[in-house]
Amino acid sequence: MDSIFFTLQDFMTYTKGLTYLLMGLSLIVVTAYFTFLMDRDDD
Amino acid sequence: MTDEPTIAEGRSLMTPGNVITAIILVAGAIITVLRFTQGLGATTNLSDYNPWGIWIGFDLLVGVALAAGGYVTSAAVYLFGMKRYHSAVRPAVLTGFLGYFMVVIALSYDVGRPWRLPYPFAIQQGTTSMLFEVALCVALYLTVLFLEFSPAALEWLGFRSLRNIITKLTIVLTIFGVVLSTLHQSSLGALFLLAPSKLHPLWYSSYLPVYFFITSIIAGLSMVMFEASLSYRFFSDKMDQTHKDEKNGLMLGFAKAASFVLAGYFIIKVFGISADNNWHYLATGYGAWFLVELLGFVALPSVLYAIGRREKNITLIKWTSALAVLGIILNRLNVSLIAFNWHLPSTDRYFPHWMEIMITVFLVTVGITIFRFVVTKMPILYEHKDYRTSTH
Repeated sequence: MDSIFFTLQDFMTYTKGLTYLLMGLSLIVVTAYFTFLMDRDDD
Repeated sequence: MTDEPTIAEGRSLMTPGNVITAIILVAGAIITVLRFTQGLGATTNLSDYNPWGIWIGFDLLVGVALAAGGYVTSAAVYLFGMKRYHSAVRPAVLTGFLGYFMVVIALSYDVGRPWRLPYPFAIQQGTTSMLFEVALCVALYLTVLFLEFSPAALEWLGFRSLRNIITKLTIVLTIFGVVLSTLHQSSLGALFLLAPSKLHPLWYSSYLPVYFFITSIIAGLSMVMFEASLSYRFFSDKMDQTHKDEKNGLMLGFAKAASFVLAGYFIIKVFGISADNNWHYLATGYGAWFLVELLGFVALPSVLYAIGRREKNITLIKWTSALAVLGIILNRLNVSLIAFNWHLPSTDRYFPHWMEIMITVFLVTVGITIFRFVVTKMPILYEHKDYRTSTH
């Protein structure tokens, strides 16, 4: 988390890489959350 | 006046609530005179470092966010066809209209020369200014809200033909409302993009306009639920059976929507930290405060709404709506005041003058008093007997 970046390229590669991983994770979490929210939607 | 809810006659006006309201109104009126005769210096702690105080941070930013229920509910009912929430439209539009009206009044207190408020429209446009866009949208949306609210007043006054003309514009007004709200809710966040060095990095993000817009949807949904539960408690005698029957469905439906939007907001806030690589700030004092906001007032209400929706627990949803509304207030105060100028020494930081706080309390009280008057007199929580089949 406390990486030292010497170039903007390094910074963007690191932050974008981590953000894309989080986005992938969030797709799984959101799907699970949506199922949790809707699974008693019987009306 | 046959089967409409009636007001109890002969009640004393000297209730504790009315007395407190009267004291606040008198104190507010006195400070209003001071503000407009002695100037901002005598009544506020504003300075060149802190030109925006709670009249902007609370009255304007929080007021606009919490008034979002109008466009959220109108869009749900008239654009997305969710007619089962129709009974919530008029209270939501009234709350929105009064909210924006009080925002404009608060702005008159805050700007140095309030008589120049119309200048952006008539004298000098300043089309490259973000504030011009906000001013234009707020002015237009206040007009839209006035027109959306007017059928209730016209029914009360008995102007049937004019009321029928305005109700024909409902869809157009709703679309205008959504477009204008999208623009200015996000623009209020965009205002802070102009001060990247002043706002703490955990709150500053190039996604601030998106954050502000999404939180306005959360605020709108939560405020409608909060206001519905308060109305059910305090104005039950003025509600017709349709409003009472639809209340639980409204709470459950809006709780589901709010839970999902809050979850989405939580996720994009984490993306924001990641995109700016601000993780290390989380270990600081401001980081702890940021986590209080993110976990306590975003993640927690999202989960509580979801549980309340699953268990059909209306009481839990009601309290969660209050928590979410508090979260919106906290977020706007964090962005505009608490995390703003965070690097300044404490001696130069802003804390509102007691008269500023008093004017804020005064304006909120005026808004609640007008709301109470309108709900008591006009068909807001019940359908007028002459327009029972109407869907507007």
